[in-house]
This record gives sequence, structure tokens and C-alpha cells, in this order.
Amino acid sequence: MIPAAFEYYRPTDMAGVIALLQEHGDDARVMAGGHSLIPMMKLRMAEVPHLIDLQAIEGLSEIAISGGSITIGAMVTQHEIINSAEMEKAAPIMKEAALQIADPQVRYMGTVGGNVANGDPGNDMPGLMQCLNAQFHLVGPDGDRVVDARDFYEAAYMTDREDEEVLTAVSFAAPVGGFAYEKQKRKIGDYATAAAAAQIFKEGGKVSAASIAMTNLSDTPVWSEDAGTALVGSTCDEVAVKAAVTAMLDDIDPTEDNRGPVAFKRHAAGVVLGRAIARAWSRA
Amino acid sequence: MSNKMHVKLNVNGEDHEFLAEPRELLIYALREKLNITGPHVGCETSHCGACTVTMNGKSVKSCTVFVAQANGAEVTTVEGLGSPDALHVLQENFKEHHGLQCGFCTPGMITRAAKLLEENPNPTEEDVRFGIAGNICRCTGYQNIVKSILSAASELNASKEAAQ
Repeated sequence: MIPAAFEYYRPTDMAGVIALLQEHGDDARVMAGGHSLIPMMKLRMAEVPHLIDLQAIEGLSEIAISGGSITIGAMVTQHEIINSAEMEKAAPIMKEAALQIADPQVRYMGTVGGNVANGDPGNDMPGLMQCLNAQFHLVGPDGDRVVDARDFYEAAYMTDREDEEVLTAVSFAAPVGGFAYEKQKRKIGDYATAAAAAQIFKEGGKVSAASIAMTNLSDTPVWSEDAGTALVGSTCDEVAVKAAVTAMLDDIDPTEDNRGPVAFKRHAAGVVLGRAIARAWSRA
Repeated sequence: MSNKMHVKLNVNGEDHEFLAEPRELLIYALREKLNITGPHVGCETSHCGACTVTMNGKSVKSCTVFVAQANGAEVTTVEGLGSPDALHVLQENFKEHHGLQCGFCTPGMITRAAKLLEENPNPTEEDVRFGIAGNICRCTGYQNIVKSILSAASELNASKEAAQ
């Protein structure tokens, strides 16, 4: 499997990246770990005449946690998320999710930035970022801007990011309460048949706030506001979980593929959400 | 477009310089340019792990790294771990515990296991199974691979203690 030929660039600052993107437009793409892009290039499903490698850009590989706010540079790898004791303390759902992405070797290379910016409905971090109400930081020729993860995804591989912009970091408030990332996959390394991210905050023995997001069950990640609302005021009892699952099923729109027909995916979505709620509640 | 670039790689402690197209995959540069044939081409789709090498301290599948990305990197292959006359403790244990049958996945398994034990010198069986989940073996059913890695870990720890 030999990809089409390309010019390779390894700029050392973001201005250099933006200049290349402006010069080559659609013909240029940035690459972080490359573990989504390179397989697509090898299959010739993606042709990238000008490939811009971000590995030499400084300041994209930091995890900053302070004052209840968490910022993760775009080039931070899943492996680094898993091994950051600080991250595990501040947002343990990140480690739980990252451990379910691909396999060890891919996690050494795969980055948070690549995972969220790629726009692949199968990627796990976009749904998780929506669950955590994260912000995405973009840099472009006209300066910086911030987009909510919940507003970023338009369709499969289509996002609010402009061609000349680069996603440099994600940030979110340190989550409170119980958490779970539950993923059903056929085998190690596969994308989700269905996955659910849940954060549940308990006060006075009842749910006071809940956030639910689903992965690979639509052409974008799905933050199901109604599913979260269905849990509020409950003790995550059977009736409340059923209401949350029903609300979630109204929001997703899975398609048939080699992971199964629509009915099976809807069934799996209900099962993973039920498990995610139960685990998040037990930790709340 | 098909311009070659100058690539520098340090493989198993030795510096190499050669010309390659940026799109060349690291596994082919190692095998065909440098004649380092320990890492194998298995699936070529980032699944099987037969091409696993250590690059700048990370276990990577060298079929999913462009040689241009690897330019300037330090790479370790199974050849850098042991030699026929002085086997690495993992190689000894794979031999001892029948951790291979056809042997095709073994260089990737051992390179991955070496990194795993470096990061986690006292793995449980579950840690080992999870840590080698990116390496596929079609012969052994993994039982003896796991046994080999756990045994190598004990041996490494015993020799570390003896040295102290």
C-alpha cells in the first residue's frame, strides 16, 4: 500500500503552518500522529499533495491543569493521557476513554487533537468532549477563536474548522461527580459499535446534573441533552434509566455497516448507555 | 512531486543516512534500504503489530509511519535488543516457554514486550495481555507468549535485585 506522492513539511512554528495552509489551500493538510490520516492515504482514500507534520511545533504537547480548568495541547497523545497522574485525578474519564481507543502502539502516536479535529464519527474523543462541554481552540490567518465541542461537528469529516485553521488545544472545566466511558467494539483496535460517555453529579442522594454523549451512532457525535435531563432528580433507578435511553434513542441516527444493522446498533446503544449510567452513578 | 529527501535515522545505535521519498513507510526503509529485516510486514494496515519498533521511546507500528516523519529519530528493532550469541532475556524466555511457533509475529512481540517491561517492570497477566493487544499471533493462542513475558519480567527483576 503506497500512498500518492506528497511534499513533506516540518515547520517549527504555527506561523509557518498557517503560511503553508494559505499557500496550498485544499491541497495541504496538517498531520499530528498520523494514525487516521496515514491509513487513509495508504488506501488512497485521501490524497494530500502537501503534508504538514506538526511534530516540531512547540507548545502543543502540554497538559495544563489549574484552578479547576484543564487544557490539553493538540499533540498530547492518548498514551500521555493514560499516564498522566494529574489528569487521572482531575478528569478520570479521560483515562478510562483513552484506554479503549485502538491499541497500545496506536495510542503512543494518536493524539487528542487529531482525534477531535478529524471529524470521524468513529473517534471516541469528540463525544467525550461534548459530554464534558469542552472548548476547541483554533488558530488561523485571522487569529484565534474558540468553538464549543457541541457546535463543532457538522457531518462525517466536516467540522466548523476552516481549511486554513489548525486546532491547537482543547479545554474544559474539571468534571465533577461520577463518570463512565462505556464502549462496545468487536475487537481491540476497532471503532465503537456504540459508545457512551456519562458524567453524573449527585446532590442529596439524587442526580442534580447529568451529561450524556454517544459515539459512532450518527454522522457526528451526539450530545443528548434530553437523556441527561431525564436523569435529573432521580436515583438512576430503572424508570429513569429507561427514560434516558428512550431520549437518547430519539437523538441518534445510526446507519447499517459491517458492525451491524440499525436495529442492532440501537439495541447496543441502549445497553452501553445503561451500563455507563450505572457505573457513573456508582461513582457519583 | 516524487523528489527524494535526505533522511537520517539512528537504528540500534548506528547512524544511517539515505535518500527516500517522503511517502516511503518506515518499515520499508528499515527492511529494504537498511537491510534490517527483524520487523516484518504483516497486515500493513496498523493492525497486526509484526512491524513494531521503538521510535523515540514509543512502541510504534512502522507500517504507519512515513520515513519523513521518522527523519532524525532513534529507532530500536529486535536486532538492537539481542544477538544470536547473546539473546535478550525476552528472547531466552520465548525460547524456553515456547512463546513462538512460526515466529512471524515474534520480533514485533518481543520489541513491544521490551517496551512494556521498561514501563511496567511488574506486570500482572492482565497488564501483559492488555499491553500486547496490538500484536496478533495466529499460532500460539497467546498463552505461552504471556508466560514468556511474565517469566522474563521475574528474571529481569531478580537480576536487578542481585545487582543491588
